[in-house]
Amino acid sequence: MTPFQIEKPHLCRPNNSHRQIFVRAVLAAALGCSISASHAQFQPPNPLSASTIPVSSLLQSKQLNDMLQKPSHQPMLVLQVGSHLLFSEAHIPGSDYAGPGSQPAGLELLRKRVASEPKSRLIVLYCGCCPWDRCPNMGAAYRQLSDLGFTNVKAVYMASNFGDDWVAKGYPIEKGR
Amino acid sequence: MQRDTRLRRDDSAISIPFPCAVRPASSLRAVLFLLSAILVGGTFSYAENSLVNKHAPPFARVDLHTSRAIHLADYRGKVVLLNFWATWCAPCLLEMPRFVQWQRQYGKSGLQVVGVSMDDEDSPVRSLDRKLNLNYPVVMGDEKLGELYGGILGLPVTYLIDRNGVVRARFQGEADLGKIEEQLKHLLSAPLPASRPH
Repeated sequence: MTPFQIEKPHLCRPNNSHRQIFVRAVLAAALGCSISASHAQFQPPNPLSASTIPVSSLLQSKQLNDMLQKPSHQPMLVLQVGSHLLFSEAHIPGSDYAGPGSQPAGLELLRKRVASEPKSRLIVLYCGCCPWDRCPNMGAAYRQLSDLGFTNVKAVYMASNFGDDWVAKGYPIEKGR
Repeated sequence: MQRDTRLRRDDSAISIPFPCAVRPASSLRAVLFLLSAILVGGTFSYAENSLVNKHAPPFARVDLHTSRAIHLADYRGKVVLLNFWATWCAPCLLEMPRFVQWQRQYGKSGLQVVGVSMDDEDSPVRSLDRKLNLNYPVVMGDEKLGELYGGILGLPVTYLIDRNGVVRARFQGEADLGKIEEQLKHLLSAPLPASRPH
């Protein structure tokens, strides 16, 4: 299997998952509406779900780890686009913090981080803050890079979270800000 | 920046490939193997890093409602539902209204919900707290508290701590709230611990 041939995540299989996604989307929308109706100041997370990222752009954790373990791996920029606090607890070695994709300030930080990069540069995004279809950061961050013209952007599919889908698998981590 | 293959080297969270039955004659070899495994970096086993049936790690943090420090030990004698959450975490936001309800419903029976926000800043937390009328203490977490509780590397995470301060359950991700409530009621039905002599 080449680095970019991935197994289709179970999320995208044509079974009951679409119905589940729909139900969850309705629940999330209902929650967002109920909160925003009574609490005008609170802004719910960006609804641009990670599920909007094309399957062809997804990487599994193992694939990324295999790529990073190769002594002369393809030059790439690995960016965490979630919580800074979770990044401080543990992150992929060599990755940079690029701000939460769900927040305007996070997207601005991401834009600045990639400003000097060639558009063909391999950029790998990951988050793992929450279950994939609930992640508020990945979809927006991916969209941002696509809109900026980057043509080689990959997103690490973490079904549950960074703990389960990276750390628990024994892949290396770094700590610190 | 510190590079590490585990979160904590010094506790049971480290899972190292090791033969199940080690003969006494090979104990020295086994020790050497163990040491070498530690030196080259054992594999952190996130799933095994469980606090269940251990005393809940003590901590003190400032309650955003009262601006006063709360100590986990202050709740000894109560059942504590310790919830790690964040304002950007949709599954967390779905759970929290139930926690508010439980605090109202079971508070007199000895339940104390404590929320630990893993947001990077407290301003969105204060805002959401006001809007949702959270009826329990909310404190800000950090990476130190996260590591103390086994690595909070995804949200939500909820611990149930019994009246003696022992962790009895850990729930991660989109948990079955019915199951949490069931265990909660079971813990609440346990007798109060004997008071300590002064």
